[in-house]
Amino acid sequence: MKAAYPATPLLDVDELNTWFFTKAGVVKSVRNVSFTVGRGEVVGVVGESGSGKSVTGLSIMGLIDPPGRIVSGSVRLNGQELTGLTERQFRKYRGARIAMIFQNPMMTLNPVQTIGDQISEAVTEHESLSPREVHARCIDALKTVGIPSPEERLTAYPHEFSGGMRQRIVIATALVTRPELIIADEPTTALDVTIQAQIIHQTRKLIDETGTGLVWISHDLATLSELADRIVVMYAGTVVETGTTAEIIGNPKHPYTIRLLDSVPSRNEPGRPLRQIPGIMPSLISLGEGCPFASRCDRRIPRCDQPIPAVTPTSTRRVYCINIPQEDEVTA
Amino acid sequence: MTVVADAPIIVAHGVSKTFTLEAGFMASICQRLGNSERRSVRAVDDVSFEVRPGETVGIVGESGCGKSTLARILAGISLPTDGNVTFRDQSTKDWLSDARKALRVQMIFQDPQSSINPRMKVSDVVGEAPVVHGLIPRARRDAYVRECLEKVGLDPDFIHRYPHQFSGGQRQRVGIARALAVNPELLICDESVAALDVSVQAQIINLLMEIRAEFGLTMLFISHDLGVIRHMCDRVIVMYLGRIVEVATAKDLFESPRHPYTRMLLDGMPRVTTHRREFMTIKGEIPSPINPPPGCHFNPRCKFRTDECLSQRPPLEQAGENRKAACIHWRQISG
Repeated sequence: MKAAYPATPLLDVDELNTWFFTKAGVVKSVRNVSFTVGRGEVVGVVGESGSGKSVTGLSIMGLIDPPGRIVSGSVRLNGQELTGLTERQFRKYRGARIAMIFQNPMMTLNPVQTIGDQISEAVTEHESLSPREVHARCIDALKTVGIPSPEERLTAYPHEFSGGMRQRIVIATALVTRPELIIADEPTTALDVTIQAQIIHQTRKLIDETGTGLVWISHDLATLSELADRIVVMYAGTVVETGTTAEIIGNPKHPYTIRLLDSVPSRNEPGRPLRQIPGIMPSLISLGEGCPFASRCDRRIPRCDQPIPAVTPTSTRRVYCINIPQEDEVTA
Repeated sequence: MTVVADAPIIVAHGVSKTFTLEAGFMASICQRLGNSERRSVRAVDDVSFEVRPGETVGIVGESGCGKSTLARILAGISLPTDGNVTFRDQSTKDWLSDARKALRVQMIFQDPQSSINPRMKVSDVVGEAPVVHGLIPRARRDAYVRECLEKVGLDPDFIHRYPHQFSGGQRQRVGIARALAVNPELLICDESVAALDVSVQAQIINLLMEIRAEFGLTMLFISHDLGVIRHMCDRVIVMYLGRIVEVATAKDLFESPRHPYTRMLLDGMPRVTTHRREFMTIKGEIPSPINPPPGCHFNPRCKFRTDECLSQRPPLEQAGENRKAACIHWRQISG
């Protein structure tokens, strides 16, 4: 797999396992997850509730608290290992070199602090700059995310902004330290359609201009297909398939990806029953060794109960299925 | 159904709803001194339409467009400030004194977590209303609830469970069973599938379409998700800041929008594609409903704007066969 990326990738997540040790049992939220992100690349991580996509994001950020723990595997930023760092060591990375954007901007922003104070705090925490330089940085960041008259807006409080503007401010705060990598967890899910389109458009532009790497975590295949260069599909804590956006959307191979795409309303004839996936996601406590989708899969064979090796149909692609439908079957 | 197909089941006649904002401490002092006016939000602004039996009508719009307020008025949960709603030619104002009439309209909410009492067992959640209103004898309640659960694809043995023992999709099924239990004629779904995962959403949409066919239900489907609206609805009403801006069949609306706002919505709609999207620039944000722009509310974001748009409210006029639009320039837009 590594051979496809000759240089060290910006982010390399390798065989990551993050488990939560609860009274009810061990919840294996993330199991053997591997993917890479290059500079200036947008990687979409898609999955439903409980797929482990958010825990993967938090694991990269070093934000897993007990009873959770990264059990094994590695997360490397520019080749440097991040797992096993102490909290003190990690603080040098978090915010400065890796930034995170969450779904709800009102929970991210401090309601009793002006946005100017909040953005400049992100800068002064990691760099020693003169107040004038800090001010200029803040203005710059607000301009890049399209906030009108940034000078005046620096003294405003979060409640004085609309939801879309608040999310832009959160993105500006993430950008102000010029991080190498941004992890965004459902950043536009709470926004209206027209505002979401604006933010996605601006994000794509920013990534192309700055060369920052972006991991965009979402349940929404449509937004990801418009924004991401590559897509990682997760189900019940594991990666079931990765590839370029064109490969995943245009030619899905894993039965889960195929069925997930089939159940999107706009890919069905209006008024007809949607091609739904029967059943529900299995509990993350009682998972066996085999494919987690097997219980809902119509292509299940006995071999599915054993560990599933990756198949690599192209150099950019990995599929964790031992009974991949043939081309003609997919279109049938 | 025995009704004449042409007689509408529910009609909104010039419905408006104004909310007066709670004045803060200083503002209330100013008011006593006669210095300031009370601020108000016109959440629904002179809205008229009708729904025919068996039809599924979608109401689409972004935050603050008044779609949920309108849904609550149609369900008889809140009363309009102006105008009135008639259900089968009777004003829904009577529903306050005769709750049994109100049963004919049922609502399914977005978040089953907050719309179902967590301390009630499913047998009570679903069975309470039919028993209280005398639709079934109390002795038959559990058997009846079992039937209702089966209709929505839940195990009938779940009747002694509490809401927290269900997954999100199952809980939404309980909400649907509760609505069906009183044999409604009109079902109002307010963002009923918005909080669900894609695969669960598909299951619930299929269920709604099945029960619609099985019980001959009329449906009002409120959503911000255009893909779901396109899939479910016969006709679509588009709202912007409290007003209807366009009404058309789903097919016409998605193929040839007449109002610039509808067009903007369709352009912004994310689509599953294999190539990177060319984004057109979307201008501005939704203005505050407390102080909406004069004339056509959409004018600050509209590229077809002329001086006329600033001075007068555009009427909702005929804009082709079986469709209406509230834009004086609709001919230009559709051309």
